[in-house]
Amino acid sequence: MSDDRVHAWSEDELGVTGEVRDVVRAPAAVLSTAAAEVDPTAPDVVRLAADLVATMRVSPGCVGLAAPQVGVGSRVFCVDVSGHPRTRTGHGTFVLCNAEVVEATRREKAREGCMSVPDLTGDVRRAARLTVRGRLPGTGEEVTVVTDAFEARALQHEIDHCAGLLFLDRVADARAVHPRRTYL
Amino acid sequence: MTLRPSAPTQHAITVLGHDRPGIIAETTERLADLGLNLEDSTMTLLRGHFAMMLVCSGEAPSAAIEAALAPLADDGALTVTVRSVAPDDPDPVRGAPHVLTVHGGDRPGIVSSVAAEVARVGGNITDLTTRLAGDLYLLVAELDLPAGVDATALGAEIDRVATDLGVGATLRPVETDEL
Repeated sequence: MSDDRVHAWSEDELGVTGEVRDVVRAPAAVLSTAAAEVDPTAPDVVRLAADLVATMRVSPGCVGLAAPQVGVGSRVFCVDVSGHPRTRTGHGTFVLCNAEVVEATRREKAREGCMSVPDLTGDVRRAARLTVRGRLPGTGEEVTVVTDAFEARALQHEIDHCAGLLFLDRVADARAVHPRRTYL
Repeated sequence: MTLRPSAPTQHAITVLGHDRPGIIAETTERLADLGLNLEDSTMTLLRGHFAMMLVCSGEAPSAAIEAALAPLADDGALTVTVRSVAPDDPDPVRGAPHVLTVHGGDRPGIVSSVAAEVARVGGNITDLTTRLAGDLYLLVAELDLPAGVDATALGAEIDRVATDLGVGATLRPVETDEL
């Protein structure tokens, strides 16, 4: 049920118009600091959720954005992998607060980039089957997202941001970091 | 009296300098002409500078290899070194493989401070990449930890040293897929 709820969710439910925020880059300290749990019904969290979606929307190639990336140490992120060629299961646009991984299996390696690390990409092993639990901003409903492939990767990347971890902290080996040659 | 064929020896060769197309082709052609076999090699660009290291085996003496590669350095843009090395240990004792990431603002001493912690417990760094991307300094190292080393404690100690330098560190076991 909650999977459908996430699928049906859109930022219109937030009732506020998001504003585009500046994206901070490593080595900003906020990116390496574990973020704090939030009250998903708090007005500032609702505004933050709207801002994250707005910022993701205007950023070419961006499939997810976490609050630490806009300089806020809160466990909130948005994701939208719609239309990406590596997406299998997708839930459209959604924002999760205080999300945590419930189950993660079938680890696969793939190359990742990040708006906060614009000059580098890295090969990271992540679960390709994933169950995540979190709360929707605004209503505070608890939801469970069961997903796979690219959306699973995006969720783990954003949950890592909320724990103060970058993809650089997960790269598979010393040869797994590469200069980014193309910008999406 | 009979002459026994000389045992193949290994040579370590480095080629460093200004990058241009064709360096690898020219180097390896000259080595092949001497009947040398490339056993291990690595090449990268360091801030745009060509950097290649290789170990080859064969019966050619060092002087012959140096003479064959000398033309590469004729225009002064490349430096070539050749030295014979002892054969590698066929059965080396490997520790538990781990990956270490350190990243943060650039400042002198990050590599030496972190490497000192690894060395203190007898850990051996087997591969190392560092990059400077804008203000971001990144180090990713692979290391073998001897049996008995508490990786969690080492990770905490490295993180403490890293924090003192204003950077963050993550130490984790290498994940290997057995297929």
